[in-house]
Amino acid sequence: MSKYTEDDLREELKTKEYEYGFYTDIKSDTFPVGLNEDIVRAISKKKEEPQWMTDWRLEAFRVWQEMTEPEWANVHYTKPDFQAISYYSAPNSKPKYDSIDEVDPELLETFTKLGISLDEQKKLAGVAMDVVVDSVSVATTFKKTLGEKGIIFMSISEAIKEHPELVRKYLGTVVPQKDNFYAALNSAVFSDGSFCYIPKGVKCPMELSTYFRINQAGTGQFERTLVVADEGSYVSYLEGCTAPSRDENQLHAAVVELIALDDAEIKYSTVQNWFPGNAEGKGGVYNFVTKRGLCEKNAKISWTQVETGSAVTWKYPSCILKGDNSVGEFYSIAVTNNYQQADTGTKMIHLGKNTKSTIISKGISAGKSQNSYRGLVQIGSRAENARNFSQCDSLLMGNECGAHTFPYIEAKNKSAKIEHEATTSKIGEDQIFYCNQRGIDTEKAIALIVNGFSKEVLNKLPMEFAVEAQKLLEISLEGSVG
Amino acid sequence: MDLKDKLVSSFLAFENRVDVDTHVHNVRSEAIKVFEEKGFPTKKEEAWKYTSLNKVLKEDYSVFPKQENALDYKDVKKYLIHDTDTYNVVFIDGKYSSHLSQTTHDGIDVCLMSSALTSPKYRLIIENHFNKAATADSLSSLNTAFSQEGVYIHIPKNKIADKPIQFINFSTGTEASTLLQPRNLVVAEENSHVQIIERHQSLTTNPVLTNSVTEIFTKKRAIVDYYKIQNDSENASLIDNTFIKQQRESIASVHTFSFGGKLIRNNLNFFQEGERIDSILKGVTILGDKQHVDHNTLVHHIEPNCESHQDYKGIFGDSSTGVFNGKIIVEKEAQKTNAFQSNNNILLSDKASINTKPQLEIFADDVKCSHGCTIGQLDESAMFYMQSRGIPKKEAKALLMYAFSNNVLNSVKIPELKQRITKIIANKLGVNIGFDL
Repeated sequence: MSKYTEDDLREELKTKEYEYGFYTDIKSDTFPVGLNEDIVRAISKKKEEPQWMTDWRLEAFRVWQEMTEPEWANVHYTKPDFQAISYYSAPNSKPKYDSIDEVDPELLETFTKLGISLDEQKKLAGVAMDVVVDSVSVATTFKKTLGEKGIIFMSISEAIKEHPELVRKYLGTVVPQKDNFYAALNSAVFSDGSFCYIPKGVKCPMELSTYFRINQAGTGQFERTLVVADEGSYVSYLEGCTAPSRDENQLHAAVVELIALDDAEIKYSTVQNWFPGNAEGKGGVYNFVTKRGLCEKNAKISWTQVETGSAVTWKYPSCILKGDNSVGEFYSIAVTNNYQQADTGTKMIHLGKNTKSTIISKGISAGKSQNSYRGLVQIGSRAENARNFSQCDSLLMGNECGAHTFPYIEAKNKSAKIEHEATTSKIGEDQIFYCNQRGIDTEKAIALIVNGFSKEVLNKLPMEFAVEAQKLLEISLEGSVG
Repeated sequence: MDLKDKLVSSFLAFENRVDVDTHVHNVRSEAIKVFEEKGFPTKKEEAWKYTSLNKVLKEDYSVFPKQENALDYKDVKKYLIHDTDTYNVVFIDGKYSSHLSQTTHDGIDVCLMSSALTSPKYRLIIENHFNKAATADSLSSLNTAFSQEGVYIHIPKNKIADKPIQFINFSTGTEASTLLQPRNLVVAEENSHVQIIERHQSLTTNPVLTNSVTEIFTKKRAIVDYYKIQNDSENASLIDNTFIKQQRESIASVHTFSFGGKLIRNNLNFFQEGERIDSILKGVTILGDKQHVDHNTLVHHIEPNCESHQDYKGIFGDSSTGVFNGKIIVEKEAQKTNAFQSNNNILLSDKASINTKPQLEIFADDVKCSHGCTIGQLDESAMFYMQSRGIPKKEAKALLMYAFSNNVLNSVKIPELKQRITKIIANKLGVNIGFDL
């Protein structure tokens, strides 16, 4: 038996092509490239939005024009030309379908390739899908079951029409239009996304999930997600992404807002596998996302993410722990390979008393990639007895990659208890030797070690997602995850 | 006219006044250009995110002290480590005070920067070392432009300095507000060993700003122990820029004890340019009132098989602010690096705040790097335990805080200095107990 070493693994990682790269030819309704007030108005009109929404977008657009692109992140890329992007594209086969048979067969084929056939998904343990292909929701399932509980789960454009009072009340409260460059851009041009409202005291009976895909060449995708969990409710929300192989860089600037009112709990899980570019670092998706949650009294928000894709990732799912006794959690695995760059982490803003937060971040870098953790733990002066624990571990494979940690810790209250620790290491030769000695070959040993390294985070994923997460880790680090 | 313009315009006058050879002249002229271009750092810069110089820079500092002042030994005795024999170099308002100092040229050189810069005897050493470790950031450049006086220490090959060297910069405050820019150079040649104590002391309530640059070179297998005592009056601010270039197998340690001053910024930079180097950075910070201390450290691992150890402890009371910004960079070639960094803090008051940012930037895979950082309080059960055994609350608290910083104190290698620091801590905590437990 030939010996499988870390070098072989590295070699394999280098040559591993993106498996899910394919492109489905669906007729699309695409806007001309470029961005100006007319385009913003046109998007709003196209979506038949009320006047307040149009004004809201325009306000964001005007703020955005004043802003400059941020440059502080530890990533290097060619800046996208915002005038060379088409800001709206929707699959042509409208209007909505009542049954799956009416859906464009090519689209269904796309799903099959992704292994998420709708029929199968329907049957799968209570997972309702709001499938988003290029910005417009084309199929919504389990709506009825959810409707009985009073749960609203629909695309955000529908929600703007059907529940304007809710959307208007919460949209932009956690991530304001002028929050940052990309959030402002998103606020101005977002084409679609998901809206979810869980009424008081309702425990959502199933995992809600949305699949995002970028499909139309040259269209940036600007998703907007708003999840509101009313008092005492619970919801687990899943988000997964894969994208077709494409040469030019695509921009993805999403905004996710979570609002957990008193005693509510939101669990938000993401598996991200946008096209990372090929082995030479050509192509790939720019993923600049703003994700933030607000916790009221006794509320809890938990972010779990598995980041394997994108050429450039720039995202910090954050929690504002405003209410007393609220809890924020962040579990993350970020895998980078070839020329991928990831600058990711979280912000935990402790404002209320007895607030707690946990941060577990695992970074794995291989090839020529750069992987950064950037986090902020802030304890306000009135946040009595705030507690934080952070742990960021990095695993390096090969000597051409880099791992970086930039934790910011700011405490203004004497009762705060904060612990932060970070380690960086490679897979120990002694660990592999130990496994070899016991008859486990090197490939399996590496798999075991990487798996163990990420276990703390993988365990936090919902069952339905854990399988997919494993699959994605496999693609990114083929041969190392068993 | 703001301070920057004032400094830039007074540069020519300064250059005319001092006797310079062309090499240093060129370095100074380059440096003032850099400063003119960059200006003083603002909070917009990442490295100065938590420390604003605005308040400090508002004062109308006099750049050149006009008057010479003399001090009596008995007045300043308490600031010196006098219970052991040392070489002393004392500056009063930036001017050398010969009657308080004891310099030497016997075997080792402990003398003045001004004479080293001009004397042909030191020309080669100056050309090879002066401004060779300092980076071209705006404050260091400002110092370089006005560099003239400071301590010059040269320990030749295979020499061990027979006693510690201490130097103090006093400011007497005859001017309304004074800007001091001492420039120090330490060159420890192969196999040499030296211990150095540095202190800045203001004897006035007038504002003083010190922008100091110290360059230290440790050659092959040299050992340098450097101690900084920062226990200044409430109107004195200090920006300390220290740059250490290490060659292979050398050991350099810097201990920083920050107990007072209005604003203290320590820029401590280690560059490891050889194999099997050890760098040690330790600090104890105990603050009250509205004091602000910012430790900004950098350890740059360039070659393989090196180590670095950082241990910073901070205790913050009243409305004080503590900042720790530690950066470890491990280059691709620096395999088998062991780099450790720990920063522990205790907050005693709700108005006090701590901002800490321990950073790792790692490009090599076969390394062991870790950092840890905690913020917490004194252990209540330990307090209760001691109080229930008749130790008053204040003493119990002091004991716990002393124990907290003991790790760092233990590595101080000059016993008299250790005692002195222990006394300062006891004083600071308002207790009168011997800590030699």
